Amino acid sequence: MENIVLHVDDVYKSFGGLHALSDIDLQIAEGKTHAIIGPNGAGKSTLLNVCIGRLKPDSGAVVFDGQILTGKKPYEINQLGVARVFQTPEIFPDLTVRENVIIPALAKRDGAFAVDAWRGMARENDLRDEAEAAVTDVGLEDKLGHEAGSLSRGDKRRLELAMCLVQKPRLLLLDEPTAGMSRLDTNRTIDLLKRIKARGMTKVIIEHDMHVVFSLADKVTVMAQGRIIAEGTPDEVRGDPVVQEAYLGGGHA
Amino acid sequence: MDRSTPRNDLILMVVFTAAVLTMPFWLAPIGAGYPDLLQKFAIFGIFAVGFNILFGLTGYLSFGHAAFLGVGSYTAVWSFKLLSMNILPAMILAIAIAGLFSLAIGYVSLRRTGIYFSILTLAFAQMSYNLAYSVLTPITNGETGLRVVRGDPHVIDRMFGMVEGESLPTPDLFGLRTIGWEGFYICAVALIVAFFIALRIFRSPFGLALRGIKSNQVRMSYTGFNTRPHTLAAFVISGMYAGLAGALLAITDPLAGAERMQWTASGEVVLMTILGGVGTLIGPILGAAIIKYFENIFSSFNEYTLEQTFSFLPDPLREGVVSVASLFVGEGWHLTLGLLFMLVVIFLPGGIMEGFRRLWRAITGRSAARRAEKLQPAE
Repeated sequence: MENIVLHVDDVYKSFGGLHALSDIDLQIAEGKTHAIIGPNGAGKSTLLNVCIGRLKPDSGAVVFDGQILTGKKPYEINQLGVARVFQTPEIFPDLTVRENVIIPALAKRDGAFAVDAWRGMARENDLRDEAEAAVTDVGLEDKLGHEAGSLSRGDKRRLELAMCLVQKPRLLLLDEPTAGMSRLDTNRTIDLLKRIKARGMTKVIIEHDMHVVFSLADKVTVMAQGRIIAEGTPDEVRGDPVVQEAYLGGGHA
Repeated sequence: MDRSTPRNDLILMVVFTAAVLTMPFWLAPIGAGYPDLLQKFAIFGIFAVGFNILFGLTGYLSFGHAAFLGVGSYTAVWSFKLLSMNILPAMILAIAIAGLFSLAIGYVSLRRTGIYFSILTLAFAQMSYNLAYSVLTPITNGETGLRVVRGDPHVIDRMFGMVEGESLPTPDLFGLRTIGWEGFYICAVALIVAFFIALRIFRSPFGLALRGIKSNQVRMSYTGFNTRPHTLAAFVISGMYAGLAGALLAITDPLAGAERMQWTASGEVVLMTILGGVGTLIGPILGAAIIKYFENIFSSFNEYTLEQTFSFLPDPLREGVVSVASLFVGEGWHLTLGLLFMLVVIFLPGGIMEGFRRLWRAITGRSAARRAEKLQPAE
């Protein structure tokens, strides 16, 4: 039997009168790439935000590797091994690319709080090597000394990915990792994500780009109006009439 | 960008130490070569360096740091009164008590960010100031100010057989006086040590984490950092620096008054840091020195000195020049400082240190290379 890493158990979330998530039940198997697709406003990003502690569900729970994430602080969830790539890149714009990646590596090594105010960063060769390896992984190695804020949008996304990868998380959540990227960059990112898969990292991807979904996903969950309407392998989902209707704008009307 | 190699830091430290210790010589030509003023440079330099560890690294702008300066002064004077006229216990106690005080204020204030944080710190500092004048008079001696008087216990000194003589005892460091040039060198050594510690913090993993918090606090928490204790640690460290500065003020003049805690004093350290360069190592010290220089030198100019300076001009012209210039000196030194501050903020947002950097780049011709690098098409 597959080992379930992440279990979203019967989660409800509403904003005012809007049911952003209802009756969400989702199981993510270890080492798999799980895509969540659906039209705009289907509740995909809300679901990810519930998983990383940015939003609290009204009811239900998110269980990661036997631990309940609901109610935990974002940093605690990260320390358990969950990393997240945001839809709009969250990086450290004033720091160099290298420093951007060293910081997550530091959090992984020293924990959520450590006042290590005496040792010089210049002697942290291991951290720097790890960071440079992660930056090379995403193909930004010639921009190590650049200020992160000056990167192009596509490069910022790649940088954020490197910031997550350097922590070697058990679960990586990606919110539209290729949005705003050129075709070439998208293909590079797909290749990169395939390589990570070989390392046994579990991934949840929210994506609009079907090319990305069908090249990466082992399993696809389709959401619409805050509910899961279909689930299966990419081929099963592609042929599902309910999914086609949701994408063609049929909905509940 | 990454010029902070250990070797460069060593050079910086050596040059800094030499520059501080030789201040009496190279500052003499501009009329600042006397111990009282140089002492102030060093003391407020320490205050600003500490403030910059909070403001420069984390971006949290405290408007109440003078409270810790005041606490340091009061603690030092109490240490003189109760324990010993030796300045070592006074400094250690001042740092410790200011640290505790900032732990309490920081714990509450850091629950908010941005302007709300600033307002909270301002409120706490003003509260301390007003309490020092009213309820806490038994501790602070209110308006008169706290000072060493006859009949103080001096417990430790008496154990070593001190007898109260004709005159009041004065602070000392194992027999070394704390006034005049000795006083300056005590403060200078304290500044060098304070600067060295700040340098280590800037270059450490902790310093990097603080810069991460300043740059993007949201990312920090999703990256696995618990940001609150980090900012609190920075707040306490900078409070301890302020405590040390306060102790040194009391050491060089053993009198502690509540006006040291007033909001203008808190604002002054903000000005010093911004003027010199937020987040730079040397900047805050430069800013502190410039402000203290203006306060002491410019304010002492009067019409007579101006007449002397412009005596080469023909009479009618001279009168005009003197009457305009006199607006900017003497009582008007604030005007000069205000103008300087405006010019720096508008044209050099990175402070005087940015000015130096630009100058350096212009000289070494790196500006052209950098601009080319920046203009490269971003995909």
